[in-house]
Amino acid sequence: MPETTETAETALDHIAIVEEPKISADYKKIMLDGLWNNNPGLIQLLGLCPLLAVTGNLINGLGLGLATLVTLTISNSAISATRRWVRKEIRIPFYVLVIASIVTMIEMLMHAITPELYGVLGIFVPLIVTNCVIIGRAEAFASKHELMPAAFDGFMMGLGFTLVLVTLGAMRELVGNGSLFADASVMFGDIAKNWTIQVFDHYQGLLLAILPPGAFIGMGFLIAIKNVIDKKIGK
Amino acid sequence: MQFKIRTSPFFNSSNSVRSIMLQVLLALIPGTLVMTYFFGWGILFNIVLSVFFAVSLEALALLIRKRPVLVFLGDFSAIVTGWLFALSLPPLIPWWIVLVGIFFAIIIAKQLYGGLGYNPFNPAMVGFAVLIISFPLEMGLWLKATSFAEQSFGFIDSLRIVFGANMSPDWDAITMPTPLDAVKTGLLTGMDYTEIVRKSRYLSDSFSNTWMWSGLAFAAGGIWLLYKKIIHWQIPVALLLSLLFFSVVFHLYSPQHYASPVLHMLSGATMLGAFFIATDPVSASTTPLGKLIYGAGIGVFIYIIRVWGSYPDAMAFSVLIMNMAVPMIDYYTQPRVLGHKRKVDL
Repeated sequence: MPETTETAETALDHIAIVEEPKISADYKKIMLDGLWNNNPGLIQLLGLCPLLAVTGNLINGLGLGLATLVTLTISNSAISATRRWVRKEIRIPFYVLVIASIVTMIEMLMHAITPELYGVLGIFVPLIVTNCVIIGRAEAFASKHELMPAAFDGFMMGLGFTLVLVTLGAMRELVGNGSLFADASVMFGDIAKNWTIQVFDHYQGLLLAILPPGAFIGMGFLIAIKNVIDKKIGK
Repeated sequence: MQFKIRTSPFFNSSNSVRSIMLQVLLALIPGTLVMTYFFGWGILFNIVLSVFFAVSLEALALLIRKRPVLVFLGDFSAIVTGWLFALSLPPLIPWWIVLVGIFFAIIIAKQLYGGLGYNPFNPAMVGFAVLIISFPLEMGLWLKATSFAEQSFGFIDSLRIVFGANMSPDWDAITMPTPLDAVKTGLLTGMDYTEIVRKSRYLSDSFSNTWMWSGLAFAAGGIWLLYKKIIHWQIPVALLLSLLFFSVVFHLYSPQHYASPVLHMLSGATMLGAFFIATDPVSASTTPLGKLIYGAGIGVFIYIIRVWGSYPDAMAFSVLIMNMAVPMIDYYTQPRVLGHKRKVDL
């Protein structure tokens, strides 16, 4: 059916021709947004489920943060690179497919390279698919920007998310166990066996900090501290 | 000539926050004395430490929030919170555990939400819940109750234990499970209720049942508060009746597996909670019908958590759960204003 092919081709041409408005990329702004002004953990409050669930200690936070960072960078690049050919109507299923394949690859990689960490993080690695930071950035940034800025945005958003995870993990580990870097070996292998820093000796531990309420309270404090700093800067 | 014009309300209560809090403190004294008689100096230390920490932290928080410190300290609410919190602690608990609990009660549950009048949760119970979750072992160390003269620790010894100065007593020898604890573990290990009662010193001999006496003393204080119209009857009555109802029904159904209603009514925190904790004017429901629902809800949760939960007592959790429901209860139970139709659209 030559006619249909032709119409399809013209349609494709039509999509490809559409000139998008040039949004010039400001790398400094992207960096500041990701790390501070529009931090996914503290401001957008996206991806709270893994953020609150795995931050029982610093290393778990770091592990999941890095996995999210890699996912976010690759997914932003992929979606930015393909943005001219994806029709508006089907973009969400497309994003989900892209993100799901990337997460599956990362999950398998983690399973192969750091099986202990994979065991600790468990279901939260595959669940990165549902982390709304990723699809949020795909929709809000990657689908409107060139490849390089989109990849950079993914990296910075991922870094901002990782920093929140690490800070919250460190806070909870410190208050709950009195230590830092416990179980570092699950991520870095045998070299890290004695990385654990016991900050307080004979510390009995505040179990509450490790339990879910501690995550919510700690998160509240982090947001409050950020607001105080912003207020100080604003003056 | 000008007349002095006043608007409603024309009858106002002369009670200030301060005088209410003072009367609550007065009403707590009989129960406190009974507990001190049975458990020794530890109870008094808990109260002194808690009140001291509570007032200090409240002053600190007010300073940071730039509020007038003396005005707000003068309402005595921090003292009441500290005192109620102390009464839920076992004697001779280390001082720093008291500090952690009070920190959560005053700073997190009260001041972070905006101070007295704005806290959705009962501060003393938040502090207690944090401790029972974080330090279950220390929170379970209730001394054997004896008369005051036979206490194993005098003033100085108690002080040294509380401040951890090279003195760690043989806890196994000097502590005893509370009646609710004994029943809980007994039933879990498959014992009959009658057998548990026979074996437990508290339960077999009602005269030495410390918990019953302190419960009755708190009830007496609470009834005085009712008489002085500091608290309303709805919450305590609804709470006690719903707890009584469930314990009677289940005890009649299977006396071997469910503790007697008397145990539920006169052990643990039932009386203290019903009259002093659930009636907290800030975090409790405020409408007459709402108070009944709120009290009855707490009673139901106490029974559920005590019998099927993993903690022996349940006052703190039940009060906190119902605190969460208060905004909804109040919304649906607004009394009809004279001359208006019922306003809330259900």
